Amino acid sequence: MKIVLNGEPRNVRAETLSDLLEECGYSGAVATAVNEAFVASNLRIAHKLTDGDRVEVVAPMQGG
Amino acid sequence: MKAFYGTKLPNPLMLGTAQYPSPAILEQSFRKSSAAVATVSLRRESGAGQTFWQMIQDLGVLILPNTAGCHTVKEAVTTSHMAHEVFGTRWIKLELIGHTDSLQPDVFQLVEAARILTEDGFQVFPYTTDDLIVGERLLGAGCEVLMPWGAPIGSGRGLNNEYALRAMRAEFADVPLVIDAGIGLPSHAARAMELGYDAVLVNTAVARAGDPAMMARAMVRAVKAGQLAYQADPIEARDMAEPSTPVIGKAFLS
Repeated sequence: MKIVLNGEPRNVRAETLSDLLEECGYSGAVATAVNEAFVASNLRIAHKLTDGDRVEVVAPMQGG
Repeated sequence: MKAFYGTKLPNPLMLGTAQYPSPAILEQSFRKSSAAVATVSLRRESGAGQTFWQMIQDLGVLILPNTAGCHTVKEAVTTSHMAHEVFGTRWIKLELIGHTDSLQPDVFQLVEAARILTEDGFQVFPYTTDDLIVGERLLGAGCEVLMPWGAPIGSGRGLNNEYALRAMRAEFADVPLVIDAGIGLPSHAARAMELGYDAVLVNTAVARAGDPAMMARAMVRAVKAGQLAYQADPIEARDMAEPSTPVIGKAFLS
C-alpha cells in the first residue's frame, strides 16, 4: 500500500496504524495523526490504513 | 504568588528548551537556574525525540508543551491532543501564529482554539498580545492564565510597551500573567516582575548566550529580585531631588 509518512511517500505492508509503527521502527513516546486527524494510541490497533493516507508520527522535541 | 491552574511554581522562571549548543548545556542551564517549567514541542520523529524526552523527564520540572508553528485552529487543537498523549499533561502553551515575520499571534483564532481546548479539558496558557480586550475574551473562553508578549519571539528587545503591560496587570489583577516572548536580558525579566507579573518565559536569551548556563542563573536571580521588589512596594519616581540625609542638625560650617 502506498502512503505518505511524515511527508515521504512510502510503500508499506502494514494494514493498520499500529502495524505501520512497528514496521517502520517507531517506539517510545510518539503521537499519531492520519489525514490531519489525531488518532489516539489506544485506537491505532483498530485504525485501518487505506491507499494514499497521510500519516504523521511526532515525538518530543526542543521548544520555546 | 499566584497559582497556575492550581500549581504554585518554586520560582518564576519558565525556560525554553530550544536552540542550545548541546543537550548537555541545555541540562546544565536547567540545573544551574532551577527553572520551574520547561517548554517543549512535538515534531516529526527523526530518532532524537526519545533521548531528549528522557533527559527532560529526569530534570523533574513541570512540562509545558507548545503548539509552536501552528497557523490554524485545527492544527493547534490536533497538536494539543497529541501533546497531551505524549507529555501526559493538560497544560498547553497555545501559540497560533498570525504572521511569519513578526510571529505575532492571530488573536482571533487564538480565542476560538482556547475555547475548544478548554472544553476538551485542557489548561490553556495562551501566547497573546498586550491587548486588553483579547485578554478578556481569552478569560471568557476559559483561560486562567495569560501570556502576553514583551516583544516578538527571539527579538531580545525586552518590554516593547510597558504602558500596555502595566495596564494589563492592573486590569487582570487576580489572573496569573506571564511575559512570554522578547526577553533579551536579565534586566528585562526583572522589570517584568517589578511590574507585578507572575512569571517570565525565556528561551533565546539563554540558549543563544555565550554561556547559556550562566545566563540562566542570571535570569533566575533577576526574576527573583524583581518579584521581591514588587512585593516590597517600591517608591514612585519623582522629578526633583529629595535629600536622603537629614537636613536638620547639619553643622554650620560656611
